[in-house]
Amino acid sequence: MSAAVTTSGGVPAERRPSRSTLALVSERVIETLVKVSGVSAVIFVVAIFFFIFREAAPVLWNKDFHIFEFLFSTEWYPTSVNNVRYGTLALTVGTLSVTAVAIVLAVPFGLGAAIFVSEFCPPKLRETLKIVIELLAAIPSVVWGFVGLTVMSKIIVTLTGTPIGVNLLNGAVILALMSVPIIVSIGEDALRAVPDSYREAAVALGATRWQTVYRVLLPAAKNGLLAAVLLGVGRAVGETMAVLMATGHAVHIPDGLLNSVRTLTANVAAELGEAPAGSPHYRVLFLTGVLLFWITLVVNVAADLVVRGIRRR
Amino acid sequence: MDGSLPAAPRFTRTARGARSERAQRVAKLVFGAMALAMVAPLIGIVVYLLVRAWPSLGWEFLVDVPRKGMREGGIWPAFVGTLYLVTISLAVAAPIGVLAAIYLNEYARDNWFNRLINLAVINLAGVPSIVHALFGLGAFVYAARFGFSIQAAALTLAIMTLPVIIASTREALASVPRAFREACWNVGATRWQTIRAVVLPNSISGILTGIILQVSRAAGETAPIMFTGAVFYKAVQRGDLFPYRLGDQCMALSMHLYTVST
Repeated sequence: MSAAVTTSGGVPAERRPSRSTLALVSERVIETLVKVSGVSAVIFVVAIFFFIFREAAPVLWNKDFHIFEFLFSTEWYPTSVNNVRYGTLALTVGTLSVTAVAIVLAVPFGLGAAIFVSEFCPPKLRETLKIVIELLAAIPSVVWGFVGLTVMSKIIVTLTGTPIGVNLLNGAVILALMSVPIIVSIGEDALRAVPDSYREAAVALGATRWQTVYRVLLPAAKNGLLAAVLLGVGRAVGETMAVLMATGHAVHIPDGLLNSVRTLTANVAAELGEAPAGSPHYRVLFLTGVLLFWITLVVNVAADLVVRGIRRR
Repeated sequence: MDGSLPAAPRFTRTARGARSERAQRVAKLVFGAMALAMVAPLIGIVVYLLVRAWPSLGWEFLVDVPRKGMREGGIWPAFVGTLYLVTISLAVAAPIGVLAAIYLNEYARDNWFNRLINLAVINLAGVPSIVHALFGLGAFVYAARFGFSIQAAALTLAIMTLPVIIASTREALASVPRAFREACWNVGATRWQTIRAVVLPNSISGILTGIILQVSRAAGETAPIMFTGAVFYKAVQRGDLFPYRLGDQCMALSMHLYTVST
């Protein structure tokens, strides 16, 4: 050490950080690897769209296929011999109705639980509840579907007296149970992100906890809570196995909660195995995939923009 | 102030105060009930599954093969299949995911391109599982000519579970204080040396959490493997640890539950 310092004149060479070529080269290699992995997410999203669209595209130029009919007709007869129809409106309405009922059930419970966990609950209970939320979020969708098929359908048959328990209501309850954990955990994050000084100011003015929550915290965290609901919607729209098993299989526009419906996702899962590769039916199922891709993309980007809205303020 | 202010009236209970206190108690009760309503199904499901499964749970159930059209016997082929799928998908997703998180947290500046990467990660997590299945079918089974195989299914699972690893690794990396990195740079370490010697050792537990989450996610998914490599039934020797090759189709636990219950 001291030998280097006492060398005469200027900065001695030994004191400059000298690195072996090996270290420099490996630094470069690793940096490139890290950057490539960083970009990989973008590549994968583009690849997902590209490969699905590639399988779907030929049907767009098929003269028996009309995009207008695909989007706005309720007639879905993909395997009919003389009257083939590819209208997905009934499936879209199926997805929308199941999602809507699920969200109506899930949002009050999700936001209520988020408020409880974040504002009212003692710290020890909070830790336990957070673990429970994570466990709920980790239950595989096929297990939820199994629960819908076995437990929930029996409950619905006993309570309402309908002959078949797999229907819109069943799917919606299962989807609600699946999206509540997302709404709770993201909603709780949003409430935690409100600075404590807001709470202190409200309490100093004599507000009770509840007054603080609905006069101060809910307005302050509304963007985050909206994002939580949107992500719950995204999860409900994209869910496949649970709705496939719990909603029954009829392709028609439902006129009541106890009707059987089919969603866009369940339809692909149910029919992809039977559609011969390369056939128009197969390609239309991929086109449904493109539609689902864009729906969830829009919902997720919207949720992200809403969250970014809070950060910027 | 000489103490002439009347202190008492300020703290007497007014009708309004009593009302707001009642509202407070009701609110706490209602939200507590909502939180409880969320916990109840979990306990209900776990108890129901355990009670119904108890008579057949045991070593024999695990290592035996399904018999009599899958109505009897065990789950060995499905168990090993899931093990294969999860291991391979983890081997692919973990390095890419951890490196991507390192890029996002350690290298990336806040510009439009990295915001685009962030959006892509969020979208990758939000794409429905059946769309991942279509992607796996189009890209790996047909375009890459892997056929219906373990490799195609595992790669599909890897891409699907990538955002899980990226998100939790990022959180773990972000929780390492900046001062640690600065101290390391100040003694002359390069960026990567700092990451390897300081950042990673301090965030390893969070990274492992992400990997465990990925495993649980990959093991539970059904839709993405249903059309890329998982089959209803495959004959396997009882207790055989290496029944499949990469190009084979396999059984999987999630798929097994689906086929047996429908």
